Amino acid sequence: MLKIEHLKKQFDGQAVLRDVSLEVDPGDVITILGPSGSGKTTLLRCVSFLERADAGTLDFDGIRTDLHGADRRTVAAVRRKMGFVFQSYNLFSNMTALRNVTEGLTVARKLPKAEAERRAMAALERVGLADKRNAYPSQLSGGQQQRVAIARAMALEPDVILFDEPTSALDPELVGEVLAVMRRLAEDGMTMLVVTHELNFARQVSTRTLLMDGGVIVEQAPPEQFFTHPQQERTRQFLQSFREREGHVH
Amino acid sequence: MFNERVWKLLADSLWPLLSKGLTVTIPLTLASFTLGLALAMVAAFVQVAKVPVLRRLARFYIWVFRGTPMIVQLFIVFYGLPGLGVYVNSIPAAIIVFSLNTGAYAAETVRAAIESVPVGQFEAGYMVGMNYLQIMGRVVLPQAMRTAFPPLFNTLIGLVKDTSLAANITVVEMFRTAQLIAARTYDVFAMYCEVAVLYLLFCTFLTWVQHVCERKLEAGR
Repeated sequence: MLKIEHLKKQFDGQAVLRDVSLEVDPGDVITILGPSGSGKTTLLRCVSFLERADAGTLDFDGIRTDLHGADRRTVAAVRRKMGFVFQSYNLFSNMTALRNVTEGLTVARKLPKAEAERRAMAALERVGLADKRNAYPSQLSGGQQQRVAIARAMALEPDVILFDEPTSALDPELVGEVLAVMRRLAEDGMTMLVVTHELNFARQVSTRTLLMDGGVIVEQAPPEQFFTHPQQERTRQFLQSFREREGHVH
Repeated sequence: MFNERVWKLLADSLWPLLSKGLTVTIPLTLASFTLGLALAMVAAFVQVAKVPVLRRLARFYIWVFRGTPMIVQLFIVFYGLPGLGVYVNSIPAAIIVFSLNTGAYAAETVRAAIESVPVGQFEAGYMVGMNYLQIMGRVVLPQAMRTAFPPLFNTLIGLVKDTSLAANITVVEMFRTAQLIAARTYDVFAMYCEVAVLYLLFCTFLTWVQHVCERKLEAGR
């Protein structure tokens, strides 16, 4: 359904992605782990054209395009089938929760207002925030804002949703509610690409787990294999360092 | 100093001054501010949107009008242009100069306010399928104008007082009216104090309006 081939990206001569290829099937929940600077966020941003890749191709639902040279219409066509959830939520701060969700439906998709509101309310209900429809982002907690952001992505009925460290900006006690919403979304069969540091989520929810480091995919495997029998030394190191850190906390 | 005769003069002058304030100073301010704000939005937008040529033109315009005294600009338009065969009446000349001046200052306010909106707002807009202009109009400008509101109101209050410069190009506004009465009666101190108090009242009223508007804006957030 979604196939990335030979994606390359440099920032100021510094290679952030060196020849990354990845294939995603419908219903896949792919978690991408890796240290900061490994290129995992840039991967999502290049696929959604928030960042222009230096090279690479994208095959997505019958759209085959160059990730570097795609024209405006192709970019719009790709984004039409793609949801994006940001680390810092990025809710429209001048709009209520409900309008955050309806805005794309009415303005971009040209849905009638009543239909857009019906769909938006259904999405807000699924993230458990129907009662907050009239609240502005500043009146919501970080966890609630991120759930509205997920509802905003869901309401557009995309074929895949990209999550860029969706819980990294949250207070620890708010992480659970967002992960619970994502878990339900995965159970409902949504195709998801999730950049995260939540190892438990990766282990329990994903269909495939990836480790990125130094701009390449070091290893990818089903989670039980990835976490119990990693093939690469780098993966063992990474998991080890995580366990040590968690050990310090508990 | 303020004997009975002076008090009577002050009382008799109140309505002539106030009526010029209401019929000339205020309309002159509002017309110039409205035009200036429209100009500022355009000059700010072409810079933020990096429109070729126009953004350079906007920089040049702001550079010239922020860098020269308003009274010199008034003299160039009203007394200078006729030398080139271009005749502009005093009130249109005043409106032209005041709006160009307001536009230059307000353009910087609006530009800074637009640039203060986090880039994530654009990215979120793109990812729900909106285009640049839709995001600008529905997401970024509404947020920017909220930020720009207090400094823009500052500019408006400044403009109320700056319209007195139009007295120099024969516009009979509130200050010019005070000058004419003072020239006739020689009660210079009293007349200029009276007109100062009237400017103060106008600006106090505007300060109150600003306060009410800001509370409304805050409530809508």
